[in-house]
Amino acid sequence: MSIKLENINYVYSEGTAYRKQALKDVSIEIPHGQFVGIIGHTGSGKSTLIQHLNGLIKATDGVYYFNGENVYADGYNMKSLRNQVGLVFQYPEHQLFEIDVLSDVCFGPKNQGLSKEECEKRAREALEAVGFPGKFYSQSPFDLSGGQKRRVAIAGVLAMRPKVLVLDEPTAGLDPAGRDEILDQIAKLHKESGMTVILVSHSMEDIAKYVDRIIVMNQGSKLFDGTPKEVFSHYKELENVGLAAPQVTYIMHALKERGFRVDTSVTTIDEAVEEIAKVL
Amino acid sequence: MIRDITIGQYYPADSIVHKLDPRVKIVCTMLYLISLFMFRSVAGYALCTVFLAVIIRLSKIPFKFITKGLKPIILLLMITLVFNLFFTSGGNVLVSVRILKITDEGLRASVYMGLRLVYLIVGSSLMTLTTTPNALTDGIESLLRPLNKIKVPVHEIAMMMSIALRFIPILLEETDKIMKAQIARGADLESGSIIERAKSMIPILVPLFVSAFRRANDLAMAMEARCYRGGDGRTKMKPLVYKRRDYVAYVITIVYCIILVLVGRYVPFKIWIF
Repeated sequence: MSIKLENINYVYSEGTAYRKQALKDVSIEIPHGQFVGIIGHTGSGKSTLIQHLNGLIKATDGVYYFNGENVYADGYNMKSLRNQVGLVFQYPEHQLFEIDVLSDVCFGPKNQGLSKEECEKRAREALEAVGFPGKFYSQSPFDLSGGQKRRVAIAGVLAMRPKVLVLDEPTAGLDPAGRDEILDQIAKLHKESGMTVILVSHSMEDIAKYVDRIIVMNQGSKLFDGTPKEVFSHYKELENVGLAAPQVTYIMHALKERGFRVDTSVTTIDEAVEEIAKVL
Repeated sequence: MIRDITIGQYYPADSIVHKLDPRVKIVCTMLYLISLFMFRSVAGYALCTVFLAVIIRLSKIPFKFITKGLKPIILLLMITLVFNLFFTSGGNVLVSVRILKITDEGLRASVYMGLRLVYLIVGSSLMTLTTTPNALTDGIESLLRPLNKIKVPVHEIAMMMSIALRFIPILLEETDKIMKAQIARGADLESGSIIERAKSMIPILVPLFVSAFRRANDLAMAMEARCYRGGDGRTKMKPLVYKRRDYVAYVITIVYCIILVLVGRYVPFKIWIF
C-alpha cells in the first residue's frame, strides 16, 4: 500500500481574489508500514496535503499513485481508495451524529456494505483499540468528555480497517495526559497492525518520540524529509520557519558548546538521559 | 462545490465603489432597483444597462465573478421567460404550434422581464460584493435609526443581522468540513433515490446543528463576559461619516433616475426592432 505523490500542486479558489496556492510541487513517497510525521506551521499546507491522500481533493496539477495505480486516471475507484486510506480530521469529535457510541462507530463499516454483525464486531474492536471503556458503548456520544469523544471518532475511522491511517492533529485541544494516551495508543496500533500511519502535528515534541520519519512543510513546499535525527540537526533553520526542535536538542547543543562530549542527535528525553549519564 | 455561492459574498478590491459609505450604496441600490420598473422602452433599458456597466467597471470586480452569482436563479429566469413568452395576450402572432402561440408582445414581455430580473440580481449583488457584511449592517442600522422613536429595537436587529451574516461563511466552512469527514467515512451523498439522499444528509445535519448551537453558546458567553447590553448609549469605534464622494454618488444616482423617468415619458414607447 505504498503512497507516491509526484509534483502535487493545489490552488484554492482559482481565478478569484481569494486565489491561494496551498501546495507547490510536493513529491513524497511513503512505503507501506511506515510511521510518518508531517510537521508544519499553521497554513503550511499540511491539512491540504493529507486530503489528497484519500482523494477528497484532487490536485490542480501532479500525479498521485496509490499502490502503483494512478488515482487520477479515469475510472479509478475512489470508494475503494477511501476504504483503504482512513482520514481522521482535526477535531474529529465534531462529526459524531448517532444516538449511541456503537452505532456511530458502525457508520463507516455500514457504508462499506458489511452485515450488521460484522459492523458491530469491527466497531467493538476499534473502540477497544483506542482504549474506550466498554460501559459507555450505549451512551450518547454527545454526553462524553472531549477526550472520549475523540476516541470514538478515531475508532469510527479505524473500524473501516484502513491500510493507511492519517490523523490530522489528533491531540489538538487535549490535556497532556490525554495527548500521551492517544499517541501511545496510535503507536501501539501501528506496531500491532503494521498499517501505515501518518501523523500531522505542529509540535515536534509530540511526534519525535513515535515516528520513523518526519516531513517538514513550509508555505506549501516540502522543506525537510528524513529521520527525526536528520531533521532536528537543522534546528536553526526550523526556527526560521516558526518551528522548534524538541527541547532536548537544545539542551544537548548547549552542553556540547560548554565542552561536554555528548551526542547532539538524540531526540527523546530517555535517550538524552542516557547520553548525559554516559558523560558524567 | 459549496464555495460557489456568491450571493451575499464580499469581494475585496480597491475601488471607488468599495470606498463609498454603506448608506449610499444601500439607498442607491434601492433607487436603482426601483428605477428598473419605471420605464417600458428600449432607450430606458439602454440607459440602465450603461449605468450598471459603468458601476461594474468602477467596482473592479471581474465580470465572471458577477455572472457566477446568477447561476442559482437560472431556473427562476427560465420559468419567467417561458411564462411571459406563451401567456402574454395581444400583439401579432409570430409562431403558433397548436395551442401555444408566440406573439411579438409576448416575446417583448419575456425579454424585458428576463433583463429586469438579471439586473435586479446583478444590481443587488454588486452592493454585497463591494460592501463588507459589517459595513452593510452598520449602514442599515443607521438608516433605520429613526424607527427607534417608535420603539423598534434597531440596534438589536442590526446586531442579529450582522451575527447571522458573520456566521454564513463559518457554517459553510463547517458544512464543507463535516461533509468531507463523512465522505472519508464512506458516506455516499450523491447517488440513490431522493429518500436515500435525504437520509444521507442526517450525518451532516446533526453535527452541523450541534456545532451551530455550540458556537451560539460560546458567542453569547463571550458577549456577556464583555458586558454587552444592547444599543442604549453605545458609541461606535468607526462612526459613519459622509464624504464628498458619497454626495457625488447620491447626485449621480438621482440624476440617473430623473433622466430615466424623462426617457420613459418622452421617448416613444414603440421603438422595437425585430
